[in-house]
Amino acid sequence: MIKGKFIDNLPKVYGIYTGGFLAFIILMAIAESAGMSAKLIGIFFVAFTVGIYALIGYLSRTLQLDAYYVAGRQVPTVFNGMATAADWMSGASFVAMAGGIYFKGYGYMALLVGWTGGYVLVASLLAPYLRKFGCYTVPDFIGTRYGGNLARVCAVIVLTVASFTYVTAQINATGTIASVALDIPFGIAVYIGLASILICSMLGGMRAVTWTQVAQYIVLIIAYLIPVFWISNKMGAGFFPHFMLADEVARIAELESQFGLGTVKNSAADLATVPKGLAGITKAHSSVNATPWAFISLAVCMMAGTASLPHVMMRYFTTPSVKSARRSVGWSLFFIFLLYSSAPMLATLSKLSLMDPNLATGIIGKSISEVQALDWYQNWNQANLMFVSDFNGNGTLDLNEFFMGGKAVVLATPEIAGLPYVISGLVAAGGMAAAMSTADGLVLAIANALSHDLYYKIIDPKAETAKRLIVARVLLFIIGFAGASIAALEIQGILGSVIWAFDFAMSGLFFPLVLGVWWKRANAQGAVAGMMLGLISGTAYLIWVRNGGAGFWGITQLTFGIIGSLVSLVSMVVVSLMTKAPDAATQRMVDEVRIPSGRTVLGKQH
Amino acid sequence: MSKQAKHWEKTRGLLFITLAIWFVFSIGIFFFGAEMEASSFRPLGYPLSYYMTCQGSLGIFVILIFWFANRQEKIDEEFGYTEREGD
Repeated sequence: MIKGKFIDNLPKVYGIYTGGFLAFIILMAIAESAGMSAKLIGIFFVAFTVGIYALIGYLSRTLQLDAYYVAGRQVPTVFNGMATAADWMSGASFVAMAGGIYFKGYGYMALLVGWTGGYVLVASLLAPYLRKFGCYTVPDFIGTRYGGNLARVCAVIVLTVASFTYVTAQINATGTIASVALDIPFGIAVYIGLASILICSMLGGMRAVTWTQVAQYIVLIIAYLIPVFWISNKMGAGFFPHFMLADEVARIAELESQFGLGTVKNSAADLATVPKGLAGITKAHSSVNATPWAFISLAVCMMAGTASLPHVMMRYFTTPSVKSARRSVGWSLFFIFLLYSSAPMLATLSKLSLMDPNLATGIIGKSISEVQALDWYQNWNQANLMFVSDFNGNGTLDLNEFFMGGKAVVLATPEIAGLPYVISGLVAAGGMAAAMSTADGLVLAIANALSHDLYYKIIDPKAETAKRLIVARVLLFIIGFAGASIAALEIQGILGSVIWAFDFAMSGLFFPLVLGVWWKRANAQGAVAGMMLGLISGTAYLIWVRNGGAGFWGITQLTFGIIGSLVSLVSMVVVSLMTKAPDAATQRMVDEVRIPSGRTVLGKQH
Repeated sequence: MSKQAKHWEKTRGLLFITLAIWFVFSIGIFFFGAEMEASSFRPLGYPLSYYMTCQGSLGIFVILIFWFANRQEKIDEEFGYTEREGD
């Protein structure tokens, strides 16, 4: 059926795959109308998609270094864009983002602006230059550009702290979704999630992760867009929701004032009866509800963090050329944009369908007993994602008496809007794809840094290829297992730890990476000072604020990267200027990085 | 000035333009959230502040990156630094 090299046939291969997936959805829909149980549909969706990723992972197995570390540097521009988008959009983006917008409105949307704006920095400041460098990992760039093992080790430390914070959240998300879809306890589901993540990456490294991520992107974007369009059309809100929901946004504002949003406050005693993790609507949907600084500081942290997170940067090491690395960033952002611009629309549709008394699904203003008798209310109440209580005893449900979990916006809205269960199964498969693809990228980023930079470059530079690849795989397994064990403890929420990961990365890596390309005078001593002092001061600020510290400049535990990166910048510049300029060979290396043509600075195999 | 220095000067110029546009749409306009909300300019009927956060700025970033990539390719071409196929 398919002749010639795999790379030449990508559009065909993934075209068939997409068609197959759509056919599978239709098949499930037919099975549902023939009486297949909801539980079985959920199991089929998750098992089928994860099985395909595992197959791709197996077919992409490799024994070559550059295939394992950088997918042989032959991933075409557009496909690398898709893979990066899947790498980037985590369980948090998929499951929690629309919920965050639903509850927090404008102030939360700083994350949308930050998580997209960061790609402008990636494209203009870093990606093409790091691609020209020809490194395998981000610490590989730091170690070679600045010279010396100390700088390399520091980069490995920052990378590990940031990525590990992030990966536990992702393994947690795979566990949550697997436990709901397969109906098994969370503690077991986490390890099933881990097993699926490892199958995708262990045999083929970056090459396997690349081709599974493309497959995962296709599943997650279909799973996100179909419900948004379907709900919008079903509600009669508009054929193309992104361009047509202005009336709905205005209607929500009207209902907010009608229902007295913000005027009726719940007492602390009443709120204590609400299950943990659920929240009511307390903020306006569309109007500006955050100070400029609160919005901008959060956006800045997410942007600088985007440009410093190693699992994103290393995706651009896999393109065939510098030119394609640059364009690939544009494609990545385009594919991310498709989902991010849909999240606010889903939040709007979800909120209106619950609030508007003119709609059949609206529950605010109905009698409490009527709401409690709804099928979907009972389901999601049982899943601990929904709660109503008649605080004022008037028998009807008021806006301040309805509580929901953030995940429910994505997970429950299809059911509330009356879509068939097959859509809920699809959404579970999408969430699983999103969480798995990010976890894969992160686990690989950490394991590669440890195996290449720590083991090969520092501990045993004479190691042979076979031995290096075994070490890489063993580390991958250990990192994944450690991540899963911590995820199983369920220490913090998904979204909080994701934001911290950005702040950690920004504190330690942003300026050492950027100045490595853009400032020739930057030297090893400066870079070490920048990485370490940045990471330490950022972490110290976080601990201080977490333990009741007042903070300053309005910087919170979500934006501590501003402190870290400022300290990093100042210490890097001061220490660099106080110590000797980099030698002529290093300066020539920087010159070489700045022009796209010619050979990479590091050899093909190193 | 050497060919390489000229190339870098142009590249840096493009970077500054790109970052200036980026700054306006990621940071600059959000100093004026309240003013944007009150504005009578409402793209597709949405309040301007709402529109920029959910589509406007995001879309501009996508276009900006492709524009930047095109301009940079032109600069590389001008100085003969374009990569050969199979490099």
